[in-house]
Amino acid sequence: MNHKSLEINQKLDIEEILTDLEHYRPRRKGWVWRKVPRDGVKMGPFHYRNMSEPLKNSIGLPASKYFDHIDPQPSCVVTTEIASGRFEDDIRRMRMAAWHGADHIMVIRTTGQSHIDGLMEGTPEGVGGVPITRKQIRASRKACDLIEDEVGRPINFHSYVSGVAGPEVAVLFAEEGINGAHQDPQYNVLYRNVNMYRSFVDAAEAKKVMTGARIFQIDGAHNANATAKAGWLVMPELMVQHGINCAFSVAVGMDKDLIGLSTVPPNAPPAPKLWYDLPYAVALREFFSDFKMRAQQNTRYIEADIEEAIRTHTVDTLISMLTSADIQSTITPDEGRNVPWHYNNIRGIQTVKQTWAALDGIKELVSLNYNGPLGEMARDLKERAVAFLEEVIETGGYFAAVEKGFFVDSARYPERNGDGIARDGKGGVGAGSIVPRDPDYFAPVCSHFGENHLPEGLTKACDAIDGCTLCKPEKIAYIDELDPEDSANKRLEATYPYRKGTSIKPEAEWAGDGTILLQFFVPQPEDLAAVYGVEMAKKLGLQDPEVVNLQVMHPAEGCFLEVKGKVGFDIDIRTLKVPEKEVILPEDELREAVKKIGLKVVAGTVGEDEHSVGLREILDIKHGGIEKYGVKYHYLGTSVPISKMVDAAIETGAHAILISTIISHNDTHRAQMRKLAELCQEKGIRERVILIAGGTQVSREMAAETGLDATFGRGTKGIHVVNAMVKILKARGAV
Amino acid sequence: MTEERIARFEKRQAELHKMTDEQLKARFWELCNQVVDPIVDLARTHTSPSIERAVLLRMGIDSVSAHGVVDRIYEAGLLGKGAGHVLLKLAARRGCDVRAAAAAVLEDKEVLQGLFG
Repeated sequence: MNHKSLEINQKLDIEEILTDLEHYRPRRKGWVWRKVPRDGVKMGPFHYRNMSEPLKNSIGLPASKYFDHIDPQPSCVVTTEIASGRFEDDIRRMRMAAWHGADHIMVIRTTGQSHIDGLMEGTPEGVGGVPITRKQIRASRKACDLIEDEVGRPINFHSYVSGVAGPEVAVLFAEEGINGAHQDPQYNVLYRNVNMYRSFVDAAEAKKVMTGARIFQIDGAHNANATAKAGWLVMPELMVQHGINCAFSVAVGMDKDLIGLSTVPPNAPPAPKLWYDLPYAVALREFFSDFKMRAQQNTRYIEADIEEAIRTHTVDTLISMLTSADIQSTITPDEGRNVPWHYNNIRGIQTVKQTWAALDGIKELVSLNYNGPLGEMARDLKERAVAFLEEVIETGGYFAAVEKGFFVDSARYPERNGDGIARDGKGGVGAGSIVPRDPDYFAPVCSHFGENHLPEGLTKACDAIDGCTLCKPEKIAYIDELDPEDSANKRLEATYPYRKGTSIKPEAEWAGDGTILLQFFVPQPEDLAAVYGVEMAKKLGLQDPEVVNLQVMHPAEGCFLEVKGKVGFDIDIRTLKVPEKEVILPEDELREAVKKIGLKVVAGTVGEDEHSVGLREILDIKHGGIEKYGVKYHYLGTSVPISKMVDAAIETGAHAILISTIISHNDTHRAQMRKLAELCQEKGIRERVILIAGGTQVSREMAAETGLDATFGRGTKGIHVVNAMVKILKARGAV
Repeated sequence: MTEERIARFEKRQAELHKMTDEQLKARFWELCNQVVDPIVDLARTHTSPSIERAVLLRMGIDSVSAHGVVDRIYEAGLLGKGAGHVLLKLAARRGCDVRAAAAAVLEDKEVLQGLFG
């Protein structure tokens, strides 16, 4: 099929993506790993040891601008979870996430889908996730096709094969080219109260179907430490859960390289995290060396504070790098306070990207000390896990153990708190629904698990029907919508002005939602500060204001507050005036003018200000500074008084004075700029010299108000400064 | 009971402690396989409404129809034959394709009578 490729400066066209989905077929099936060159990756001035091939289009970390905009990509697959309830908005977020380095996109299902006895169809709105349907998968996968072409790396699309419709969901995923999925029958039993026999019988079929389509499997063991009261104590049990799902998967025919463990460093500061999490990570990787590691970040102890979450996730990523991770999952740092927002997915990805780059080569620099507490603790965990299994068998096997509440007990095995999740074999959703297969049982399809009595003369089951949908995808029965009133088309009509019209509103999850976040300090105690925050937001005109985070800085002195709310108005794009971009003269013309006049400048950081990096970048040839264009400079250093700058200009006969001023509290930067103009005036050289200032808090508009010739803010390059000087010289008739 | 369990654990751990890392790992996997073996047998010899719906999907039946058809086959006590098998029998008897057979089941479940022996 022919699809228009994406234009970088154009939004995804959702309507176009929803067109002709009936005939959409996935371009490939199966999981794709990143390409990791054996000899490392060279980027800019660096040689990386743990990186994969770079992207064609991407956005690096903010500091990448100091490093030729390199954007090193970790060797592991990087996951982000995107599920706001409306997939049509999620696919735009997927594009943003891919540009920041995600190549594994997990879509969480809408609340309650695991208890729906069958497939959902169409595009109804979800709650806390997306209704996973054939149409939603096709639209999302089609968008991922476009996005992966744009960034230049395959995207793995992922969802969940669990609940009471596991086998059907697996078939849907296999037919539609889903690349990865959670599948763990224990998850259904423990957390979804699906009948235990039903869950395992279904899981065997689901796993077989997944294997046929090379869908990568992730288990659900990590839920135990998200659920248990003390998540860091359930580690022996976690190993048992991983072991049961792995052994069961292999027994039903799944290849080991398609099986991943979902593992989370279970502890978080203020606990001594590494002391618990590292031995566990080591023990797990020793027992499960044949399987893949999907390292997740901790969610158990994530609260409303975003920075706290990010710090914990940084340590989680460190543990991955000290041990191993085939997939590094990210948790959006706002998960503890709301359904994740667009930009917090990006923050999660950045945490991994930044940590991974910072720690590149770590295993060549440091090694783990197994001869001490690390080795002892890892060994102890393994022994406890084996003892746990022995007790399971002694008790009468897995089902008997579940009935006795062996699992998700929050005590350290073998101790018991008696708060484990016990399930009754006769109870749960779908109890009594499994049926023995008759001696003439027959299923005329591929990827079917278990006894299957093919009629005589038949060697391939689906020959009986002239091919199943896995062999002949044209046989797939596509349903568009079951309820046109609750559909993407209806929602898209409402958001049209924000996507394709001229209305602008900020957005956190959905087009036009208007959600914004305010951050501020209130010099009042906790209770009062929270009430004030809501009142203040109301007076600012925000709708539905709500305090999402409050941190006491001191019981009496005050609190840091974050309040979210909705902007109730639109702004028409046609009423906005974007300042015209300065036209840069051709480089040859600049060089010629510089040469002709022998352009000379004095430069320095003024005031009590020790920042030097920004100005050096403007000056040095190495960074494409003004030197590159032939300008001679005299650099006076940092914390230079204005008078010294002016004197130096007079002494050296400089054509221009360039000052850098970073510190901006009490408007120091403006004061310095004004002082420069005034002093030159006093000394009678104002007409002879060009006065230029730059700094992170400086803007182009400040030149007029401070009496300078030109002022520059963030992102300025040497060429911009040369361009301004040459233009002024031309205006003055000097060149 | 609790003290007894702890005592048994301590005995076990003392035994496990004598093993090398490789032996301990082998024991872990031996036990995992021992735990899942009977479950795999259960799965091999049983089916469920969801498995049978998943079979019908692969036969090109849409999800809504598959649901209704499997419910009726279940009620008729024929799930152990395999829902696909049932539809194939019905299609052969009526001289139609499996989609038409599915539609026939939805229209009148009596068509399921007397399909097997």
